Amino acid sequence: MARRRRELALLLSLVPAVAGCAGGHDGRATVRFWGMGREGEVVRDLVPDFERKNPGVHLVVQQIPWTSAHEKLLTAVVGRSTPDIAQLGNTWIPEFAGIGALDPLDGSVAKSAAVSAERYFPGVWATSRYDGAVYGIPWYVDTRVLYYRRDLLARAGYPAGPRTWSEWRDAMWKVKQIQPPSAHPFLLPTNEWEQLAILGLQKGSPLLAENGTRGAFSGPEFRAAAEFYVGIFHQDLAPIVSYSQLGNAYQEFARGNIAMWMTGPWNLGEFRRRLSPTEQNLWMTAPLPAPDATPWPGVSFSGGSSLAIFRGSQRKPEAWKVIEFLSDPAVQARFYALSGDLPAVRAAWDDPALARDEKARAFRVQVERVVAMPRVPEWEQIAQHTAERLEAAIRGRESLSAALAAIDRDVDRILEKRRWMLARRTGGHGR
Amino acid sequence: MAVDRRRVPGEVRAALFFLAPGLLVIGLFFLLPIAASVLLSLTDFDIYALGDVRNVRVVGLRNFSRLLADPLFWTSLRNTFYFVLVGGPLTLSVALAAALLLHSKLVRWKGLFRTIFFAPYITTLVAVAIVFRYLYHPRFGGLNRVLELFGIPAIDWLGNPKWAMPAIILLAVWKNFGYAMILFIAGLQAIPESLYEAARLDGAGRLQLFRRITVPMLAPTFLFLGVLTTIGYFQFFAEPYVMTGGGGPLNATLSTGLLMYKQGFRWWNMGYAAAIAVVLGLVILAFSALQFRIERRRNA
Repeated sequence: MARRRRELALLLSLVPAVAGCAGGHDGRATVRFWGMGREGEVVRDLVPDFERKNPGVHLVVQQIPWTSAHEKLLTAVVGRSTPDIAQLGNTWIPEFAGIGALDPLDGSVAKSAAVSAERYFPGVWATSRYDGAVYGIPWYVDTRVLYYRRDLLARAGYPAGPRTWSEWRDAMWKVKQIQPPSAHPFLLPTNEWEQLAILGLQKGSPLLAENGTRGAFSGPEFRAAAEFYVGIFHQDLAPIVSYSQLGNAYQEFARGNIAMWMTGPWNLGEFRRRLSPTEQNLWMTAPLPAPDATPWPGVSFSGGSSLAIFRGSQRKPEAWKVIEFLSDPAVQARFYALSGDLPAVRAAWDDPALARDEKARAFRVQVERVVAMPRVPEWEQIAQHTAERLEAAIRGRESLSAALAAIDRDVDRILEKRRWMLARRTGGHGR
Repeated sequence: MAVDRRRVPGEVRAALFFLAPGLLVIGLFFLLPIAASVLLSLTDFDIYALGDVRNVRVVGLRNFSRLLADPLFWTSLRNTFYFVLVGGPLTLSVALAAALLLHSKLVRWKGLFRTIFFAPYITTLVAVAIVFRYLYHPRFGGLNRVLELFGIPAIDWLGNPKWAMPAIILLAVWKNFGYAMILFIAGLQAIPESLYEAARLDGAGRLQLFRRITVPMLAPTFLFLGVLTTIGYFQFFAEPYVMTGGGGPLNATLSTGLLMYKQGFRWWNMGYAAAIAVVLGLVILAFSALQFRIERRRNA
């Protein structure tokens, strides 16, 4: 009984705290911000600056782990308890815009002096659009470039990295000759779909056809990309492992058991942290090679996060101020210094810390050549399924043609609902 | 009771009155969600339906036919059976062994050991799973260090598809045997000492005492624990969710519960996830019924 009473007291003591949050902090308007993982942690350091510049707004940041962010956001939408503003992975924008959870931002952008499309990389800006409207403002960029062992690639004759697919494959062959027998020139984790999708995009595959209602995976473009991808494994140029099976990728890289790795900007920081100072001159980055007879660099995908305002928010003007603040080039540069996330705003790249970083330069070149992944809510499910199916082809359990046909069949089934909805929308009242 | 018929309605009314709160709670929080799940499994409720309810279609049994054709579902079911059929008996055996030790008159500090063995059961699974993830680390983990002493080469416990499930079963056994042990101890204490004395006078050996008296007398406990463990293990979810990043490597630890969670809360295919829930519920029901039947036949 005593314990029960203590619990009750504890509960009651929380009430004023909760009420305080809802009612505003000493007369200021409270804006609730959900940030994910590391970004949610780092953005807290920017809050004092923001509140100094916007005295009428109190910014409350809640950090949510990436692994459960998607569920939490969807649950919040269903339970009508969304924050005012949140960081959204770019691939999630179509989904949340599609269910009507987000507020279109075109009006705010048109009026804003701080945010406009020209300030952003075009491929990045495009990712936050859905159905012709802007639903998010890019915050930071994520894309893939080639990390490589400078010494091994130099010995193979490609000191600046390969520029075409033929050079790429040639470089892998030559590196394999000088590596120990159990080592592989390339790391391509089988559970990651991004690399495969990028190769498809490079070959000009739309990935999804007919306005995102059908799979385009057995088309000639994706087929060529998949042949290249699967061939790398069949010629033993990449180990057939998922990322978690690899153990320590950085160590393998430092030992020369891996010479090339297609990965993202977070690894700039990881390589610096995990490799010893003497090993730092061993690695370098390069923009992605392009398929033969297409302009260099090859396209990469445009990932990262955007900032979005929820439709249910009562504090939209104040939330927009948060977006304007975080889009300021100086703040973007500071955010890069804190988190290592690459700025989405062009001008922030002129910041000396970033401009002088020779290993970040490949990203600067690459972000000019990025395209968005298909903008349908089902995309992530489709992409993961594609990688799983192709793993069967890699392991020789299925022929490539059979795998590609199966992917299209499965994707058509996943997208059946979307086709039905689009047909209903265009067909009028028919069910 | 049949003698005085007039009093029966009154008794029933009184019984209903006292049962009402319980029935209400069960109805509201148990039966209603089950009914809702079954109804949900007949629709294609998904992410689009969240935006607009008019996007829900009734699809009949199509979710179920799709499920039966889904190789991932069969993989998850195989993993789940692996976990239940290996983990369940192992848990009960370890629990019984521990109970016999603690029941023995030779053991001292029984209270202390009981507490130690029971402690894992009441700790939070997620915290335990994270600690075990360190223990299982291929290079720095404590388990491989110990194996090294015996000259056994390092095993990538959670990264190797062959070892991931045994690693998770080990965790589950360690975590859960304490509860079964306590119940076994209670069962052992309920066996009258006179039975053992009589058997000993008849010249029964230790093994015979165990087989002819202890085991049969513990049968109700076995049944109860068997059903409970089976039901619990069929729903295993948090272990792979925390330890193998959601069912890896190569889906070797993808349980049916985890698949349901992924379909429901990751891809938001609620209708499909509900169908998985219904099938999993039926499997558990069938298994429990089977255990009851075996027990009844043994008694008959």
